Amino acid sequence: MFFLVLVPLLPLLGSALLTLSEGRLAPRLVAFVGVGSVGLSALVATLIAIAFLTGPDQHLTITLWQWIRIGSFAPTVSLYLDPLSLVMMLIVTIIGSLILLYAVDFMAGDEGYSRFFAYMDLFVAAMLLLVLAGDLLALYVGWEGVGLCSYLLIGFWYQDPANGLAARKAFIVTRVGDTGFILGLLLLFTQLHTLQIQPLLAQAQTSWAVSSLPATLAAALVLTGAVGKSAQVPLQTWLPDAMAGPTPVSALIHAATMVTAGVYLIARTHTLFTLAPAVLAAVGVIGTITLLISAFAALNQTDIKRILAYSTVSQIGYMFLALGLGAWGAAIFHLMVHAFFKALLFLAAGAITMRLHHEHNIFRMGGLARRLPLAFWSFLIGSASLAALPLITAGFYSKDAILAAAWAPGGAARLLWLGGIVTAFVTALYIFRAVFVVFFGTAKTEPSGRYSWRVAVPLTLLSVLALGGGLVETPPVLGDITLFSRLLAPVFPTAPPPAPVMLILFTAVISLLGLGLAYTLYWRIGPRFAAWANAPPITAFRTFFAEGWAFDALYHQLVVAPFLALVSANHADIIDRFYTGIAWTCRWLHRRLGAQQTGQIRWYASWIAAGSVVTIAVAVLR
Amino acid sequence: MMTVPLQHALYLAIVLFALGVTGVLVRRNLLFILMSIEIMLNAAGLAFITAAARWGQADGQVMFLFVLSLAAAEVSVGLALIIRIRHRLTTLDADAANLMHG
Repeated sequence: MFFLVLVPLLPLLGSALLTLSEGRLAPRLVAFVGVGSVGLSALVATLIAIAFLTGPDQHLTITLWQWIRIGSFAPTVSLYLDPLSLVMMLIVTIIGSLILLYAVDFMAGDEGYSRFFAYMDLFVAAMLLLVLAGDLLALYVGWEGVGLCSYLLIGFWYQDPANGLAARKAFIVTRVGDTGFILGLLLLFTQLHTLQIQPLLAQAQTSWAVSSLPATLAAALVLTGAVGKSAQVPLQTWLPDAMAGPTPVSALIHAATMVTAGVYLIARTHTLFTLAPAVLAAVGVIGTITLLISAFAALNQTDIKRILAYSTVSQIGYMFLALGLGAWGAAIFHLMVHAFFKALLFLAAGAITMRLHHEHNIFRMGGLARRLPLAFWSFLIGSASLAALPLITAGFYSKDAILAAAWAPGGAARLLWLGGIVTAFVTALYIFRAVFVVFFGTAKTEPSGRYSWRVAVPLTLLSVLALGGGLVETPPVLGDITLFSRLLAPVFPTAPPPAPVMLILFTAVISLLGLGLAYTLYWRIGPRFAAWANAPPITAFRTFFAEGWAFDALYHQLVVAPFLALVSANHADIIDRFYTGIAWTCRWLHRRLGAQQTGQIRWYASWIAAGSVVTIAVAVLR
Repeated sequence: MMTVPLQHALYLAIVLFALGVTGVLVRRNLLFILMSIEIMLNAAGLAFITAAARWGQADGQVMFLFVLSLAAAEVSVGLALIIRIRHRLTTLDADAANLMHG
């Protein structure tokens, strides 16, 4: 089982090799190293998964070395494998290698080819460290590592200043959350004297009462980190701008893996959150607000990648909603299924844009169903899974599990359920809006080029996963498969009750209604609806939604503008005045005293004489 | 034999010393400054001799011998410096030798 070390190590070595070669390797070799290292890591991960699932252990810890020792502060670098990290490890490595394979063609001919794969491999290594870490400090290293790679890859095409701006925005906004997270770590260490995740959680359970102040504070601070990383309200503004990066980056980092790290973190430390019911409720409320806001924002985007970006924010909102209700398994289930279909959607969107001269505006596409059948079917399958079309898609089962968990407790939780069901409707509407606008009607841009197997294979495999990936967990009336929850049972012993039949039917009808409305509005009465929607009073609303409910403008007023005002007021640096004052006084004294040194011997002699007279006078007259 | 009163000798010494100091401060020629210093040394020597005669002690006379040898050494070093300055600055003006001003 020591082979577990190889899983994060292989991508790290691949990244190091590509970095040290400084782009001198041939593109074929770069692709081989870049994809091969992650592919090999996926293979090792799969073998480990087989050995782990057939073996007797429910979890295992591999301590690599002690990092540092300062008194009682002795964090170790250790890997911890249990069903939860196993699932995450498989998602990261398998989807990662599919996306990297796709990127071989997508990035072909780019001058930063080697740099791209070096960053991507580094990202995979950091993400694997994050999910496998047995120590919160090692987890934090992975956490910051993925943040760094996210920054580097959003600003990958750095010649355009807008991309650099988007990268800095992503980095700074997530930094707000990360600051809370590190404060949480410090609080946990000072209170519980360890950062090893499992002993820490066990000790938290014994030494902290439910709703006690330290538990609530620690959970709230950890939540801050998760909110920043997973782009939830109020730190969601960075993700749509992060689409400035190449499409495989958006697929891997900003859809499938990194942005779900917050969900993983909360699931990993769920014991802490059960000790703080108020914070747990806040998780659910944040998730619900986020999913509503971003679904309406997605409905009004024209850039295909921004639609998917807001959709990602919205779907992670579902996961937070599930976490907030204590349905940890449902959240991880949706995380997995979302990774399948959202990676598929992004890759399909990339497959469209790479054939359309990087055209991102859906209203300049159209009629692509015949011309790009592979992209059409992949996008359609991804959309169906996102919209949770009943029975045939994976998204149906995972979203159903979340909505069932929201329905079950009753009371105020029904409000969360209502938010979820409204969003399910809007989700089907916005994604099929994109489908109808992009793939039907008259063609506005003619595609060029053709796909190789390196694009076709990831799209096909992800399509299969997006359809069939949900069959590991189905409600009682639809087969009653509980593979996934039985797998995660050692980590999450309690599972929410299954959904009643009527609820499943209702959810299915809602998503079909969304599809039907999209069909009516954007296809049957398309031009008439467009004319209505582009009338002045409606456009004002639509602009508000399209700009993400004006959060950027709000933050500009609240944070950026005051900061800039402060900076311009302090242009001369008020604190620095004191130190320049010291230097000024020294220079003034220097000039005064230096002027006494005239070099005139008679001047010195006069002083000696005067001094002697005074000395003698004092000696005599005293 | 007529004895010179102590006070007269000391007055002479004071006058000589004052003359020397004035010379050092007002003359600009380095040679004259050196000579003025000699006058000051001799004024001090005179004071020693006078004191030795007044109390009948040989210490003052020994001291004067020291002052003489010191003056000789000082003059030899001083003259050497003056020659160097004259060589370098082509003048004996003390005010011109102000190269080390701050």
